[in-house]
Amino acid sequence: MMKRKKFVPYYYIIPGLLMVLFFVYIPVISNFVYSFFRLSSYSAGKVFVGFDNYIKLFTSDIFPIMIKNNTMYAVISLIVQVGFGTIIALLLESKLTGRLRNVYRNIYFLPALISLTAVGLLFTFVYSPQVGLLNSLIRSVGLENLTQSWLGDSKIAIYCIIAMSQWQFTGYITLLMVVAIQNIPKDYLEAAAIDGAGPIKRAIHIMIPLVKEQLLVCSIITIIGAFKLFTEVYSTTSGGPGNSSQVLGVFLYQNAFLHDKMGLAAATGVLIFVVTVTISIIQIIVTKSGKV
Amino acid sequence: MLSNAVHIKKTRKQGILKLLLNLFFIVLVISIFLPIIWLLINSLKSNNELFNNSLALPEKLLFSNYVEAWGKGLFAYFKNSLIVSSISLILIITISALLAYGITRFNVKGKNIIFIIVLGGMALSEQVALVPLYKMLQTLNLYNTYFAVILPYIAFRIPFTVFLMRAYFLSIPKELEEAAYIDGYNSFQIFYKIIVPISKPIFASCAIVNLNFVWNEFLFANVFLEDKKIMTIPIGLMTFQGDMRANYTVLLAGIVIASIPMILIFLLMQKQFIRGLTAGSVKG
Repeated sequence: MMKRKKFVPYYYIIPGLLMVLFFVYIPVISNFVYSFFRLSSYSAGKVFVGFDNYIKLFTSDIFPIMIKNNTMYAVISLIVQVGFGTIIALLLESKLTGRLRNVYRNIYFLPALISLTAVGLLFTFVYSPQVGLLNSLIRSVGLENLTQSWLGDSKIAIYCIIAMSQWQFTGYITLLMVVAIQNIPKDYLEAAAIDGAGPIKRAIHIMIPLVKEQLLVCSIITIIGAFKLFTEVYSTTSGGPGNSSQVLGVFLYQNAFLHDKMGLAAATGVLIFVVTVTISIIQIIVTKSGKV
Repeated sequence: MLSNAVHIKKTRKQGILKLLLNLFFIVLVISIFLPIIWLLINSLKSNNELFNNSLALPEKLLFSNYVEAWGKGLFAYFKNSLIVSSISLILIITISALLAYGITRFNVKGKNIIFIIVLGGMALSEQVALVPLYKMLQTLNLYNTYFAVILPYIAFRIPFTVFLMRAYFLSIPKELEEAAYIDGYNSFQIFYKIIVPISKPIFASCAIVNLNFVWNEFLFANVFLEDKKIMTIPIGLMTFQGDMRANYTVLLAGIVIASIPMILIFLLMQKQFIRGLTAGSVKG
């Protein structure tokens, strides 16, 4: 460290620190305060209502549906994006794949580059009952009775949205895992090969333990993403039909800006905050404990 | 002899495995490409053709769909996205670089607390700030202006960007700076003439990953931008859907146009892109 005039360092730090405090921390803290008030977007007046907004949130008929939908999104994404995505990465990086592996990897990653709204709009077409790709394909192989109204069916709408996200983001996790695997020192794998370990043994006993940390990071961002879920649902079903595909993020948005219940929206925000921050803290604890 | 036979058997087994594996990869490629190819094909059709059979190839390639999509709104949304993205990126990179320089190169009082506050911002999600930000922006008279999204974008991206830059700055050997200091450089000259040139790779990575966020961001844009004239692409696309109500194939062309920039940038700057993503491992 070099010696400097005392106030100089703060010139570098202050703009960024102020931005973060002003536009991230103050709103998040205000959101806590708002969650105890009834307030409207049209006026500045607030009425203190205690835990009313929380009671409304937790006793709402929609609440269990949202929790189920967000949780299903998390579980399926963990299995497909992290689980299957990692298997693809291991297969791509096994000695058996040829020169095409980078091409495959980039193709799988491609959907992650498209904006969520573009993908959402594309899949409303893919799932469209009349012109959609899915029903057209099903008809073309003569299975007319298997056609569905996909996003229009309250039993399956949320799963159609989840499937869309798997299409979009599995390749993203694969890319992260491929890079983690490539960072494993070559000697480890060569030593294992000399010891006679086959590709599967190498993957399970050497590669996976050495990429545990990246695997944890991928799982965490996937779970957090599941509870922040918004655009995917908003751009396809807006939570419908009925509220069958409702999720916390869309519920928050609709209450704040369509139903003018900003206090209830703020309480929903607090719930999202608690879930996502808890998961982040778990990640820090697990990483610091050195278990991963 | 025997070992030779075993060897041949082994290579044959490997050959079959290789074939199966490539088959598996190609099936995955098809499942990724199928919706995209379907999109491209139908974006070049007339509406009637789409309704008759969305699996058929177009009779005549209607590039006019693209011209129409561009003219009827996408051009304006594109321009807005360019303005919002470039201002956001320049400020995100500059402010974060200064902050990272400040906390890696000086023994500031409260350095650790500042560091924890800034990085802690990474754990806070946009949803939680949405309602108060909306109120704040209205009070500040910024609601429904470019800065209604630019300021929150900058603030929400600083933590992640500082995280990446800090790690990079710490890896730069201090000797260079010591020498410059002896030559009479002040701390800003050291930052500008030594740190910045060395850090170009990490700046590129940060810029691309943040561009991917800003270009595609929807939640804030949807709430804070009301006027069509200033909407960015993701929200413009949703509005475009409303405007093109019955004109589906033009909307499909619009989806293609909106998706091209990030794909192009990935193909051109793959190395920086992947480094930024993996160093930070933060989705969206």
